[in-house]
Amino acid sequence: MGMMKKEEDTLDKYITTPLTEEKVSDLKAGDYVYISGTVYTARDAAHKRMYDAMQEGQQIPIDLKENIIYYLGPSPAREGQVIGSAGPTTSSRMDKYTPLFLEHGLKGMIGKGKRSPEVIASMAENHAVYFAAIGGAGALLSQCIKKSEIVAYEDLGTEAIRKLEVENLPVIVVIDQEKNNMYDQTLR
Amino acid sequence: MREISTDVITENIKEMCIEANLTLTEDVKGKLDQMEGEETEKLGKQILGQLQENLQIAKEKSIPICQDTGMAVVFMKIGQEVHISGGSLEDAINEGIRQGYVEGYLRKSVVRDPIDRVNTDDNTPGVIHYEVVPGDQVEITVAPKGFGSENMSRVVMLKPADGIEGVKDVILETVKLAGPNACPPVVVGVGMGGTFEKCALLAKKALTRELGSHNSIPYVKELEEEMLAKINALGIGPAGLGGNTTALGINIETYPTHIAGLPVAVNMCCHVNRHKTRII
Repeated sequence: MGMMKKEEDTLDKYITTPLTEEKVSDLKAGDYVYISGTVYTARDAAHKRMYDAMQEGQQIPIDLKENIIYYLGPSPAREGQVIGSAGPTTSSRMDKYTPLFLEHGLKGMIGKGKRSPEVIASMAENHAVYFAAIGGAGALLSQCIKKSEIVAYEDLGTEAIRKLEVENLPVIVVIDQEKNNMYDQTLR
Repeated sequence: MREISTDVITENIKEMCIEANLTLTEDVKGKLDQMEGEETEKLGKQILGQLQENLQIAKEKSIPICQDTGMAVVFMKIGQEVHISGGSLEDAINEGIRQGYVEGYLRKSVVRDPIDRVNTDDNTPGVIHYEVVPGDQVEITVAPKGFGSENMSRVVMLKPADGIEGVKDVILETVKLAGPNACPPVVVGVGMGGTFEKCALLAKKALTRELGSHNSIPYVKELEEEMLAKINALGIGPAGLGGNTTALGINIETYPTHIAGLPVAVNMCCHVNRHKTRII
């Protein structure tokens, strides 16, 4: 079994950004998806700053339309590396800010853990999808990141907004736009 | 009286911060491997395989196992025959953390104040626990703690009448509430007894005990075995996506307590259960 390869009898999907509404409608809870293209990183502090700006009607530094946000604060890159360890952080801390982001066109989120009913409702209304990356696999996931560039809020350090170019980043659709939620199906 | 210089403490802490974030102890690695073999869900099995692949990449390329390289928790067991020379011990420990996190390319995750939240940029200060013990040695344990799982931990002040059944409910409920957020397969540290803060400290220390080892009190050992089976029957599974592998282990520590109380603390830890110990 090769790196990050899935067993043969389940369907893998490959998507490239931008994440259009059409692509979202094809993604179902439980799908194993490899993402290629551009994703932006943002976690607690960057969310708060963008949220406050949007509330005040100001411009935010990235265009959310048809984009994906990866809830990530990487460790620093060593010389010769693109990025350090790069796994997901807990998504629920972003719940407060997320509906507004979805209203502004955000189509995908990569994180780990549960989402609030408000986020799930807003995802259905705005046709968006929530992916989980494997928590605690930051070294493995970093290998799929081919470019990383800070595009905003540099003063936030690890919490700055980074534009990443990813190649076959392995994620699982946990919540789809029809409110199917894989986490609800696992508890016995 | 044996003299140990603060420089020695600093150097050791620095190295331990880096090592702890790049390699896990053999017991944790062994459990991941064993449970991959036993996992029946395909996706769960695959994820356990990826976690091992992750450990391999981390080691080979010196990339931290997880980007959350934690807040550094340091346990100092200081022999009462030891004299620490060369300045403040606390400063020496924090200097070790600073050097480790800066030179080791580890993430700086500490903010100077819980409300104003300005990053200290060097991951200091650590959370340091001191214990004075007989002897002329210093035992240092560095346990960088990630907050995905820390946030899912709980302290509950049970009534004595709640008894062991009450404790079981608290443990199971905490793991359920944590679900996918704590990055399963988790390691569960439990403290029972003492006071409000004592049980929390016991729970934290329990996470540094070898996986597969058991408490020497027979009923506590049985409780560990029973609760591990119950947790793994919940179905949460690796990454919370289903399976039999929800916990790699559960370690429980106890302490005498008050006639009126039964404090219980459950400290959740992800599979990246990092801790390194050295004796100087």
